Amino acid sequence: MIEIDTITKRYGETTVVDTVSMTIAPRTITVIVGTSGSGKTTLMRMINRLVEPTSGKILIDGEPNSAIPGYELRRRIGYAIQGHGLFPHRTVAENIATVPTLLGWDKSRIDAKVKELLTLFQLDPAAFGPRYPHELSGGQQQRVGVARALAAEPNILLMDEPFGALDPVIRAKAQEDLLAIQKHFGTTIVLVTHDMEEAFHLADKIAVMDKGKIVQYAAPQDMLVNPATDFVETLIGAGERPFRLLSIGTVADAAEAGEADGEPIAAALSQRDALSALLWSGRQALPVVGADGAPLGRVTLASLTRRAARPQ
Amino acid sequence: MKRLLPNLLRLAVLVILIAFLLQPMLFEPLLKPLVQANAPAVYNQGSLLSLTLSHLATVFTATLAATIVAVGLAILVTRPIGAEFLPLSRSLVNIGQTFPPVAVLALAVPAVGFGEKPTLIALFLYGLLPIFENAMTGLSTLPPAIVEAARGTGMTAWQRLIKVELPLALPVILAGIRLSVTISLATATIGSTVAAKTLGEVIIAGLQSNNLAFVLQGGLVVAVLAVLIYDAFSAVERVLSRRAGRV
Repeated sequence: MIEIDTITKRYGETTVVDTVSMTIAPRTITVIVGTSGSGKTTLMRMINRLVEPTSGKILIDGEPNSAIPGYELRRRIGYAIQGHGLFPHRTVAENIATVPTLLGWDKSRIDAKVKELLTLFQLDPAAFGPRYPHELSGGQQQRVGVARALAAEPNILLMDEPFGALDPVIRAKAQEDLLAIQKHFGTTIVLVTHDMEEAFHLADKIAVMDKGKIVQYAAPQDMLVNPATDFVETLIGAGERPFRLLSIGTVADAAEAGEADGEPIAAALSQRDALSALLWSGRQALPVVGADGAPLGRVTLASLTRRAARPQ
Repeated sequence: MKRLLPNLLRLAVLVILIAFLLQPMLFEPLLKPLVQANAPAVYNQGSLLSLTLSHLATVFTATLAATIVAVGLAILVTRPIGAEFLPLSRSLVNIGQTFPPVAVLALAVPAVGFGEKPTLIALFLYGLLPIFENAMTGLSTLPPAIVEAARGTGMTAWQRLIKVELPLALPVILAGIRLSVTISLATATIGSTVAAKTLGEVIIAGLQSNNLAFVLQGGLVVAVLAVLIYDAFSAVERVLSRRAGRV
């Protein structure tokens, strides 16, 4: 659990983060969104003390994060940034081993961890371990960057626009990977982005920042239904609301008993994907199947239309 | 394949240089036309090999000292604590560069006497600037994302310097050392005016006795050494930058 308590950061006369308080529940994904200059990155960087606050405090699992030296704190907290920040003079394996090496793990444990993470990120350890970062594609570099951040098994992972430099296809894949990884390790993730699509897709809770203050901190659905200010409404995009609402829920939630013909849709996909498939194929209903291919009923255009409407 | 020819050429030059230093008399027929009938065509007042070795030793010592001081200063002034020393350090190394080595020799001899020492001082001062400026550039133009990542992974300031900043700046620092060594190799010859054992002795002997062959031998050996050492440094830099992905 991360408790941020009336934290403020000033640079001279400018207040970048203004008395922000929020509590981040363990094993959840919290996304901080805002325009550039809203203070979202500064807020996140105060959690691992890359930026020291002017006043206020941050508790991690009840302990103030100022209790130990900054570098020790940062070894316990994963950190992944845009453009990956891999060390170009070190191999992929050495990059991933950075924090475990700093912590003095023994070699066999480090090797096993590097292998485990590369495999988890679908990179063959034998082929990719000895390569240098510039020999990798952008998507691969980004995966190695996240693998490095996770190497010392941190409870908390901070991500600063981690997918900002990726093209849309690889970005979608990276987001799916992140969700899977979060389930796998149960890591508490704090992610900063300016992409609302990404925020709604990933977040358990979204914090919207504007001019150094948090204007709303809520679950995606609550934020859609009750935006706190005009700014939040603009950020969400009024025209996008029904689709965002659908993108939060899975097809499994919308499935009902019954039969339907045609190409089935996977239960794990979002309702937005289902709507899109229905509209595109011009049908009224689609069969739903589980991960194992077993039929789970159907999803209808009518039920999706109902779900996309403003909840009463 | 593209590099094969230049490398063969370098190897050939190196072999000829070693042959000349070990058996200079073999080359007598080539040099004979340059001198008057009864004058010696090959330097005969000492061993060319030992002069060359002591020439290299002088340059090596001076450059090593200049590297330690210049890189040390560059590290200091690129830290937050040392930033205010930047103007001072810059003036110091600039003075070292603007003072002609000959003037340094003239001033150093009364203080430390004749021999190696004044030459070492002159070469040391003269070699500081390129190394300092390159080390400064190398250390202050590192990609911000990488510096940020080094902090983010929990490296201490010292670990960041040793494990990330210096290795990444190394190709640029080496380029500075390369310039400094090349300049020093040539400049060291004037050390012989104050009795330092360098290849300058051969050139000076040639000038005094109006012996063109001596001047040419001394000059060529210095020039070939400079070219070969320059190329060797360039090759190491290329390997390092390729590894650092900074091609």
